[in-house]
Amino acid sequence: MSARSGDRWLGPAMFLPAIAYILALVGVPLVLAVLYAFSDARIGTSGIHLVGFENFRSVLESPSFRKAIRNSIVFTLSAQAIVILCSNVLAMALEKPFRGRGLVRFVILLPWVAPVSLGTIGWKWILDSIYSVITWVLVALHVYKPYAAPMWLGEPRLAMASVVLVHCWRLIPFSTVIMLAGRTAIPKEIPEAAAIDGAGFWRTLFQINLPMMTPILSVAVLFGIIFTFTDMTVVYILTAGGPFDSTQTLPSLAFATGIAGSDLAAGAAISLFLVPVLVGVAYLMLRVAHRTEVV
Amino acid sequence: MAVVETRSLTKVFKEGTLGAVNDVSLATGEGEFLVFLGPSGSGKTTLLRMIAGLETPTSGAILIGGRDVTNLSPRERRIAMVFQSYALYPHLSVYNNIAFPLKAQKVPRDQHRKKVEWAAGLLGIGALLDRKPRELSGGERQRVALARAIVREPAVFLLDEPLSNLDAKLRTSARAELEQFQKRVGTTTIYVTHDQVEAMAMGDRVVVMDKGRVRQTGTPAEVYDEPADTFVATFLGSPPMNLVSGGGTITGFRPEHFLPALALADPGSVPMRFTFSHEEYLGAERILYGTLADGAFAGSKAVSRIASTHAGRFAKDSTYDFAVEKGRLKLFDAATGIRKA
Amino acid sequence: MARGTLREAGAKSVKALVLAFFVVALGFPFFWMVVATFKQNIDLYTVENNPFLFNLPPTLEHLRFLFVETRFVRWLGNTALVGVLVVAITLALAVPAAYALARLAGRWGERLGIAIFLTYLIPPTLLFIPLSRVVAVLGLQDSIFSVVLVYPTMTIPFSIWLLMGFFKSIPRELEDAAMVDGLTRFGAFVRMVVPVSVSGILTVVIFSFTLVTQEFVYALTFISPERNQMVGVGIPIYLVRGDVYYWGSLMAACLVASLPIAVVYNLFLDRFIAGFTVGSVK
Repeated sequence: MSARSGDRWLGPAMFLPAIAYILALVGVPLVLAVLYAFSDARIGTSGIHLVGFENFRSVLESPSFRKAIRNSIVFTLSAQAIVILCSNVLAMALEKPFRGRGLVRFVILLPWVAPVSLGTIGWKWILDSIYSVITWVLVALHVYKPYAAPMWLGEPRLAMASVVLVHCWRLIPFSTVIMLAGRTAIPKEIPEAAAIDGAGFWRTLFQINLPMMTPILSVAVLFGIIFTFTDMTVVYILTAGGPFDSTQTLPSLAFATGIAGSDLAAGAAISLFLVPVLVGVAYLMLRVAHRTEVV
Repeated sequence: MAVVETRSLTKVFKEGTLGAVNDVSLATGEGEFLVFLGPSGSGKTTLLRMIAGLETPTSGAILIGGRDVTNLSPRERRIAMVFQSYALYPHLSVYNNIAFPLKAQKVPRDQHRKKVEWAAGLLGIGALLDRKPRELSGGERQRVALARAIVREPAVFLLDEPLSNLDAKLRTSARAELEQFQKRVGTTTIYVTHDQVEAMAMGDRVVVMDKGRVRQTGTPAEVYDEPADTFVATFLGSPPMNLVSGGGTITGFRPEHFLPALALADPGSVPMRFTFSHEEYLGAERILYGTLADGAFAGSKAVSRIASTHAGRFAKDSTYDFAVEKGRLKLFDAATGIRKA
Repeated sequence: MARGTLREAGAKSVKALVLAFFVVALGFPFFWMVVATFKQNIDLYTVENNPFLFNLPPTLEHLRFLFVETRFVRWLGNTALVGVLVVAITLALAVPAAYALARLAGRWGERLGIAIFLTYLIPPTLLFIPLSRVVAVLGLQDSIFSVVLVYPTMTIPFSIWLLMGFFKSIPRELEDAAMVDGLTRFGAFVRMVVPVSVSGILTVVIFSFTLVTQEFVYALTFISPERNQMVGVGIPIYLVRGDVYYWGSLMAACLVASLPIAVVYNLFLDRFIAGFTVGSVK
């Protein structure tokens, strides 16, 4: 590599602006978030008065918070499980070319490419307590009497299921696309060798294909976890955290407390609980990247 | 050990075009090492893949051990295949790679270790059982692929250019090992290659293919000394057979039979005077390039191959007395390329 | 051939079923948006009517309302303007940075690249509270420039990661030949590398633009006045009067805002995959 004297300052000159930008607008707020969590800041006050672990204590004691943490974990894990299953099945169906595949791909990608808020509003209309099309179909099939159908967003368990459903709906396209890339990366001779060795469909899938796709699978899962765990938009628009905090998640609670409730400090404290999960995910991603580099 | 037979096997990939394999009928002998030889695009790999069950024939039949397997999946055919890239399962250890066919065929677990160690021992890779494929050299990977193939004791081995991924030096020793291995286990083997040296060295018989058709089937000596047409004649042998045309007939003679007249003992030799152009010194032999001087073939390019023990020096543009033994001249029909005499 | 084709036919129908199921499950909300956009209110809000049929003739009223009597068009304009500015900032910062890290910084350039990528994992829902303060202090509260300032923090890390992989795949000989011909390193970068990287740069442009259209949290937090809002926040917040949802216009808005983005995104999809997978899996 030619390390010429001219290059020595050129490199830093070229990447320092980006790094400075990120340090200023990500690094500094990150530090501020920690500071706020230990202060009594509110919207409208200035300056930072540290109050120790006061915020954390009150947050941890609040039942809303405990519900929010539980929901965040439950929503994320159940959505991911469903998404992995569905995206694998869908990727297998999309693998080989067929007539109309481009159009099918376009439709399948819509949930992911449309803005989060807009897709969610679409679902809000579909799940509306009075005018839901699902309700209409179930009534028409005589599963429910008219006006006796459940309120999809109004009953706690159904509301939770609806939130998970919308997250899955959004993530399946993204995951499928990554799975497809993973599948096409498997050299075609390997499943052929497995077929000759005597493996049937299921054995080839579970003992050959999926293990070989593990790096890409991991990337899809880790990104999926981040997208669901740190999202507040779906909850905010679909249920606003209700009914009775049953669909509140860490990010949506942080917003409700910090911005809507003007209590910046408590909001910051709540949002800091995202950090352990983010650190864990970052660590796992680095492990995956390192392991595949060795290959 | 079983006989593989194809009957009028044809594979057409795109309707209206010439098939990749056209009406191929052949049969192996029991325990035979049969080589499919041909240039790329000749259909040899497609033929092999049809026998393996990885491609479905457009028409025709395939029989293994007398059983019609044309509609059977690969796992039902009791064959084993070694791919050009070896296709080892990268996430499994060598032991598990070799054991995989046993698992897939539901061989009882307690027999696995014994069989794997037997196969590994046969190929000298017993020490590598705990490694992963990415930690192995090319030659070692090839042996793992062979061990995986042999562990099921299949009826037929199918090998798709297994030596082409090895360095040239390794290739010769690997070739010898492969030959000995096959003789030891005695399994009927079909071997695909484009390298005629491999085909001649290893094959009991060679099937020479071009554009999806079989041009000639025979022992190495038969296809080399008595080629059926000009394609076979020029594909085998390096440098290829000299072909000169005149009067509706193509006359062929191999460079090693085209020698300075004095070197030939036989009085029945056909004289051909040779105008020398340039030569290549290859160590053990010398390749002489030039043109024929007289008669019906005057001006045609010719190549002679003489041992380096022949010390004679040749001057550019000088003409010399060369000759070919009468029995070594092959005559081909100019229109079809098929051998007449 | 009998057994083979029966198995094939079975596999084909399973595949078709799977595809049909997912096409319906994933596409239905958008189909439903189309239906609601053109249904008259009376039809829309009569529970007994079959929602799959147009019991009354379709109408353009919702579209008219949306474009004429709401700030929808202005939101679209705001979003487009912010998009263009954010793309410009992203390119200006990320392209040179990615080049420098890929070519000029050696081994710790690689590490720095990974560190930068990890900042992409820091979500808006963690930073939005302190950033709201920063924005207020800078006097950008309620202005579209608040998001113009903040969005690049999301686009730059991913773009650097994407472009690093891209630049690494360009053979060094290209710049070496240019420098032998007399260009400086920077000149070689501008005149040789950038033109060759058009597809990578285009991917960054599309990605950044779609990120701007998708974003919700920052826009909601920093901007209060309706006329300055982005389309992704304006629609769910302001097309609702009190507790009353104007579903017809809401669905029309969602449709109009989503489809062009979807079309553009689709054209560049394969590049994204390459970006995601090439970067993390060699």
